[in-house]
Amino acid sequence: MNFDRTEEGRQLADSIARFVERDYDFDARRKIVASGEGFSRDAWKTMADLGLAGLLLPVETGGFGGGAVDAMPVMEAIGEALIVEPYLPTVGLGAQFIARAGTAAQKERILPAVISGDVTLAFAQLETDARYDLAHVATLATQRDGGYVLDGEKRVVVHGEYADILVVSARTGGEAGDESGIALFLVERRAPGVAIHGYRTLDGLRAADIAFDGVRVAGDAIVGDARNGLPLIEAVVDYATALVCAEAVGAIRYANDATLEYLKTRKQFGVPIGSFQALQHRMVDLYIEYEQVKSMASLACASVDSEADPTARKRIVSAAKVRVADACRRVSQDSVQLHGGMGMSDEVKVSHTFRRLTVIAQQFGDAEHHLERFAA
Amino acid sequence: MDLDPSTEELAFRDEVRDWISANLPPELKDKVVRYQSLAKDELLRWHRILAARGWVAPSWPREWGGTDWSVAQRYIFEEECGYAGAPQLPPFGLAMCAPVLVKFGTPAQQQRFLPRIYRGDDFWCQGYSEPGSGSDLASLRTSAVHRGNHYIVNGQKTWTTLAHMADWIFCLVRTGSDAASKKQDGISFLLIDLATPGITVRPLVLMDGGREVNEVYFDDVAVPAEQLVGDEGRGWTVAKFLLGHERLNTARIGISKRELERLKEYAASQRKGGRPLIDDPRFRDKLSRLEIELIALTMTNLRFLDRFRTGGAPGAEVSMLKIKGTEIQQGLTELMMQAAGPLAQRVEAYAGMDDDDRMMALLAPRYCNYRKTTIYAGSNEIQRNIIAKQVLGL
Repeated sequence: MNFDRTEEGRQLADSIARFVERDYDFDARRKIVASGEGFSRDAWKTMADLGLAGLLLPVETGGFGGGAVDAMPVMEAIGEALIVEPYLPTVGLGAQFIARAGTAAQKERILPAVISGDVTLAFAQLETDARYDLAHVATLATQRDGGYVLDGEKRVVVHGEYADILVVSARTGGEAGDESGIALFLVERRAPGVAIHGYRTLDGLRAADIAFDGVRVAGDAIVGDARNGLPLIEAVVDYATALVCAEAVGAIRYANDATLEYLKTRKQFGVPIGSFQALQHRMVDLYIEYEQVKSMASLACASVDSEADPTARKRIVSAAKVRVADACRRVSQDSVQLHGGMGMSDEVKVSHTFRRLTVIAQQFGDAEHHLERFAA
Repeated sequence: MDLDPSTEELAFRDEVRDWISANLPPELKDKVVRYQSLAKDELLRWHRILAARGWVAPSWPREWGGTDWSVAQRYIFEEECGYAGAPQLPPFGLAMCAPVLVKFGTPAQQQRFLPRIYRGDDFWCQGYSEPGSGSDLASLRTSAVHRGNHYIVNGQKTWTTLAHMADWIFCLVRTGSDAASKKQDGISFLLIDLATPGITVRPLVLMDGGREVNEVYFDDVAVPAEQLVGDEGRGWTVAKFLLGHERLNTARIGISKRELERLKEYAASQRKGGRPLIDDPRFRDKLSRLEIELIALTMTNLRFLDRFRTGGAPGAEVSMLKIKGTEIQQGLTELMMQAAGPLAQRVEAYAGMDDDDRMMALLAPRYCNYRKTTIYAGSNEIQRNIIAKQVLGL
């Protein structure tokens, strides 16, 4: 057992820190969020140039072949700086499907362009009434002329508005809720029949509801198995869940640092409010939350990298997500409380961290969903 | 980062596990896992089995019987002992008095006491708390007046765990005047033979009905001056060393893992509405959250050990392990009692009761008893004060 970071890991963390310091302070982020597309293509290109997109993709496609453990410093930085560029949708989800199950042609066409920052992806999965059930896919994929026709509606597709290619889950057989009969399709965002309604989400990111109305795709648009795509979806969503747990580590670290700083500088009754024991003990509990979340994120990332048994992997990832979701709520709520009225203000970064933590608590399943899966 | 144990660590774990399984007397294990309290001779029996193997005091220096194990090995050993249901040996001699003697004792004191502690010849207890001095330990008033070759001790200690079994007590006493500029000054660390005339030990019965703690009264007790450890008036330094002394297993992970398994088995055997209680969603969610907290704490404990391995001194980390570890221990006792339902109200056994019912009769007292864990060894509020000061700089 060894918790040391590798030399490469340290260098990576340093280069991200420099990127954030130079290009991504809170004001820069605010401008990016308010801009037309809600993210910065320049910032995304810079992140790609730093090797972040390639980090998690196979060596033979031009990547570095790293795993979730290697991505922890990246995800922590994204959480800490509240980076809105589509790292998770593109690299943590979309490209993972292709890297794990894509054909040689799909990999060759898409992954180098992802690594260079020229192509972004999104995963269109959620549907009305699905909640967090990955098997609840009603969108239909009907075979026609050697290809497929897609019909259905997807909800809250993060980055769905601007992704060049969508990875869409659809049903080739059976009914919503069935474990078999699900497949994944690559769909160009501009394909005829794709109607995208974009909007802002609570955390300042952008997502879309997307309707597929008779959208024709070729037979080679399928990623992986044509009838049994669920295990792949579960594996990749677990992978992304582990990454988002690591993102929570960074966001919680920021919330705690900011709150602690506030306790030391804000004065009432003539003294810093951090001298009050009632507040000290709450702050200590937030510090403990951070340590526990860091532990669970490490465990989840190690598990998605190396656990061969899906049942064991799901159990650990769910344990981590329960713990992270609980901590997200507690830390976000208490950091606002300890900031007093200032914590409510849109001017103060901690209120944005509050919003991101609130979304993370639900992303890929809330605590209740994962408690159920953990005990299954 | 590599979260898998190394080949060497796995081999060591297997060696320890095999040895415990071959050498832990089944009747002792049975009592431990059935929540029965152990008599002094039973504790000493396990102590001597470990001593004979050379494993009773792993963290001591090699010359006094330590094992030279790495931090990881020591942790594995403690976790395995806890998980296997080995009796928990009282820390007062092995883990408290002995490290103090190694650090502050004279060669004569070390020679006199350490081998006897190692062999289990002397049973020690700790004289810290007083009626007016709990969390504010430095306000203690038990006095020791230097007269000739002796200190004359007067005063009272309380909450003294296992004093009724002990041969010796190590005490913090006040040797300086009350007018000293700081209350931490003028405190000394004194070793006292409990057979000395003038000492009275009285039991304090706790709400679980058990005898575990005592009041110890000192009435003109003459203690030979050579039983002072460290310099007169510098006892607070010794006390602080003891508080900060490496406590790798503060969280008691191994024991909690065993208890969790037991709770799951037990909850699976109880029925609610015709179905196993463990499948009841309301119960199951509580159980799962507790299990997840334990998984997280296990990993946090390993991360902290890794810091010590690379040279960091254990400080406020231990406080966090204490807070979380005791919360989990209490949570387990509470859920165990909840699993027993109304039958948990029975706290006495009667003739003909089967073993499971006898065990069940100990669940509620155990729940009561475990309320102590967040109070003793520096209450969890004091631990939060320590973290606030040392880690957060508040």
